[in-house]
Amino acid sequence: MTPVETRSEPSSLRLVLTLGLTGLLSGLVLVGIYLATKPRIERNQAEALQRAIFRVLPGTESTTPMVLRDGRLTEWTEPGRPPEDGTIYAGFDAQGALVGYAIPADGSGFMDTIRLIYGFDPSRKVIVGMQVLDSRETPGLGDKIVGDEAFHANFRALAVEPDIVPVKHETTAPNQVDCITGATISSEAVVSILDRSAKRWVPVVAPADGGTPPQVSEVRDGR
Amino acid sequence: MAAETPTRPAWPELTKGLWRENPVFVAVLGLCPAMAVTNSLRNGLVMGTATAFVLVGSSLLVSALRRAIPREVRISIYIIIIATFVTTVDFTLAALMPDAHKQLGAFISLIVVNCLILGRQEAFASKNGVGLSVADAAGMAGGFTIALSLIGAVRELLGSGSLLGLRVLGSWFEPWAIMILPPGGFLTLGMLLVVFSWLRARAEERRRHESARTEAA
Repeated sequence: MTPVETRSEPSSLRLVLTLGLTGLLSGLVLVGIYLATKPRIERNQAEALQRAIFRVLPGTESTTPMVLRDGRLTEWTEPGRPPEDGTIYAGFDAQGALVGYAIPADGSGFMDTIRLIYGFDPSRKVIVGMQVLDSRETPGLGDKIVGDEAFHANFRALAVEPDIVPVKHETTAPNQVDCITGATISSEAVVSILDRSAKRWVPVVAPADGGTPPQVSEVRDGR
Repeated sequence: MAAETPTRPAWPELTKGLWRENPVFVAVLGLCPAMAVTNSLRNGLVMGTATAFVLVGSSLLVSALRRAIPREVRISIYIIIIATFVTTVDFTLAALMPDAHKQLGAFISLIVVNCLILGRQEAFASKNGVGLSVADAAGMAGGFTIALSLIGAVRELLGSGSLLGLRVLGSWFEPWAIMILPPGGFLTLGMLLVVFSWLRARAEERRRHESARTEAA
């Protein structure tokens, strides 16, 4: 009978050290890759944002980033990119008249955060377009929120008051969104993101007393 | 661990994945991306190339470090190595090919759980030297890319009448929309599996005939 070959078990310390060292090296590599690709990724995102603004605000010829300062919506004039949070984009037609605002928003989806942008017409108080900028929803199901034509048709004249409401079948009111079958949670997440964002921004860009907020007109007149 | 045989040629390891042990058409591995992202030839090529980078890189590292990795934690370490390569691909694609990155979406991150990659580390790279492991990984990655590209080409051609975005079939052709939808992935893969099984069976039959004739002679 041949003796059974025995293998000495490594100590717990060696196991911990091996795993720790591998994790550390992996982290260092990832930090390096992240830093190397970050400027290019940010530039791509800025270009994609610009394209999305023109898409969600039909008829727009030029845009201006606007930020909230002391409760007032004012143009971003400082060098560099405006802050991600609290910046919206005013869109103007060829004559310089305000078309509406492109408003970025985000919130939790089924898998991860969904980032989107929507166009808002302050004169009619309706959403006139929506585009998903970034999502990691379930491929084949939840990711239909990105390109489903019928779903996007909900956002061509969607009323934001009193609330934006998701429904599962036919819509019967201008503030309802018909969810995608098989992607109900992701559709409802989009509706929830829009509703929360609209509640924040509509009082700023379309005050209850009507009319365009004076700050925007001042910006355009000052050019 | 088995010692590497220095005289073993790398060529068979490189070519086996392309046809004889093709990961998709023979081993039936990695079917999730093979069906989900292959609605165009471009997506198939990009996904195949991304997977190839991860597979070859992981095999190279796992093989080079195989004597330093304790058996007890090997799977965790393989996963860390694979995830590092996948995240590298993810960032690189987002920087260089933002449209393709957006289209492939979560499937880039899901390369981590592609059983083909972990399977090659456990079955081959952890038991063989760097040269053979890289050859094995390159062959398997090549076979995977060919399979994804083939599925993507069939689906794009029938679903849109084009290849790589260029119109190939004339205006007489009415695109079969189902082919670029999820059921098209199942249909195409099923069709190609039948074709490959038939070709394999025919080759096997021919080999049997040849050997019978040789014996008789």
